[in-house]
Amino acid sequence: MKLDLMTSLYVFMLAGFIGFEVIRRVSPLLHTPLMSLTNALDAIAVVGAIILAGSQKGTLATVFGTIAIVAATSNIVGGFVITDRMLKMFKASGAKKH
Amino acid sequence: MIRSEHVIELAYLVATALFVLSLKWMSSPTTARRGVRAGEVGMLLAIAGTLLHHEIVDYTWIAIALVLGTIIGVPLGRVQMTAVPQRTALSHAFGALCVTLVGTAEFYLKTPDVPQFMMAVLSLEVILGSLTFTGSLMAAGKLQEVLPQRPITYKGQNLVNLSLLGFTLCIAAFLVYHPEQKYLFPLLVLIPLAFGVMMIIPIGGADMPTVISLLNSYAGLSAAAMGFVLDSKLLIVAGALDGASGLILSINMSKAMNRSFTNVLFGAFGQEQASAAGAEQGRSVKNATAEEAAAILAAANSVVVIPGYGMAVAQAQHKVRELFDALTKRGVDVKFGIHPVAGRIPGHMNVLLAEADIPYDKLLDMDEINGDFPQTDVALVIGANDVTNPAARNDPSSPIYGMPILDVDKARTVMVIKRGMSPGFAGIDNPLYYLDQTLMLFGDARSFVGSLVRELSGS
Repeated sequence: MKLDLMTSLYVFMLAGFIGFEVIRRVSPLLHTPLMSLTNALDAIAVVGAIILAGSQKGTLATVFGTIAIVAATSNIVGGFVITDRMLKMFKASGAKKH
Repeated sequence: MIRSEHVIELAYLVATALFVLSLKWMSSPTTARRGVRAGEVGMLLAIAGTLLHHEIVDYTWIAIALVLGTIIGVPLGRVQMTAVPQRTALSHAFGALCVTLVGTAEFYLKTPDVPQFMMAVLSLEVILGSLTFTGSLMAAGKLQEVLPQRPITYKGQNLVNLSLLGFTLCIAAFLVYHPEQKYLFPLLVLIPLAFGVMMIIPIGGADMPTVISLLNSYAGLSAAAMGFVLDSKLLIVAGALDGASGLILSINMSKAMNRSFTNVLFGAFGQEQASAAGAEQGRSVKNATAEEAAAILAAANSVVVIPGYGMAVAQAQHKVRELFDALTKRGVDVKFGIHPVAGRIPGHMNVLLAEADIPYDKLLDMDEINGDFPQTDVALVIGANDVTNPAARNDPSSPIYGMPILDVDKARTVMVIKRGMSPGFAGIDNPLYYLDQTLMLFGDARSFVGSLVRELSGS
């Protein structure tokens, strides 16, 4: 348990550093799509909700789990769809019009 | 033998890598769509893997919820581009709702045997989750204009907010040592729910970019905390990436508004409202008609357009595109200078102008464009105010002194399209309007730009 905890902290720290380095390089041009993309990725919390909703550990767990899946799934679907729609609009000079 | 746990762990590992790549590819518009694909594949892998989990015995509700979520998600992905700020706020609320619900259920399943560290991160998860939930709903309401956009402040606001937060942290600390006192747990959800509302009440529209970024960061951190509770490395990584992203954006935004980061962290926005308006009264401004302005634009070699929230409100971006075309056709070099806090979320102006088919290599951020103004013939300000105020550079008594601005006053001619002489969000008069080289173009942004286009194509 203790070792697991330390591993998790290391993972968090390293992921935080990677996040800073990677996201610092994102052009301000794309800050809005960046936000909707990270939002969709963040909805990975759905995996916890799925296990909760499906493991029959009582009404509370099932109800909360189910609502949580609905909320997260709408973020995943909506987030990816709108990010792609926004990115499709960014064209360089001289690019063909659609 | 390969067991299902191994398959799941491998799927999570690949998904984690794809998430990092997804963000990496967001660095440039040429690779960004590949980033979305990577994210989608990672997400599918992770969900498919999770469905194999041995604890799942009943798929009915999972299936219903996945379908329902998709049904809600598709229209949320298809909203008008002008509704993107409120959609973003709403999605932060949904993410936070998911995390809060899972955290709450986990607590009641585990109590009274909750190890201390787990109780600590679980508290963090539900506190951040609940305050982000109501805070984001409030932000979405203000952006959708179902709630009043002006900041509502009262005496002792910060004290009330900080005591609420402090009280919640005390309860959380107590629960860490006494996780069996489960009647206290609802407070960890309810007080932050109230705090989320209180936090957004004093915030005005122009501070939204910072607040939305901050809520983004909170949503990410609460998901990372959930990863600690569920011992899911995938969730920790995704949450940390989202948290870092939101944090970077909020730091950028607060720098662009010249506010300290502690100011941001405590949600103390819009508190130092200035009463400097009216100081410049009595000075005269020069105004011009569309015909006169079009003649100057047509004779220019280089034009920089400075869009602001007013352009979004007036829905003028497509007319601006027509102006861009008309001037480009005449051989005028047209660029756009975009301040980081122009609009209601980071990058707002870029999305609107890209939607209007303006090539992204013409959209330059503040640092890139500022050196160009002394060689610019015309700086055309459309619906922006405080971000062009030279007082931020040269008047130490101004409340926005020190805020980085677009140096439009260095251009040979400045044109400002504005409805009237009312001051901007900060309530500060803009000396730019009284300069010798400034022409005020009074009118609605969309119709005025429309008349400019007509004049240019007519002559």
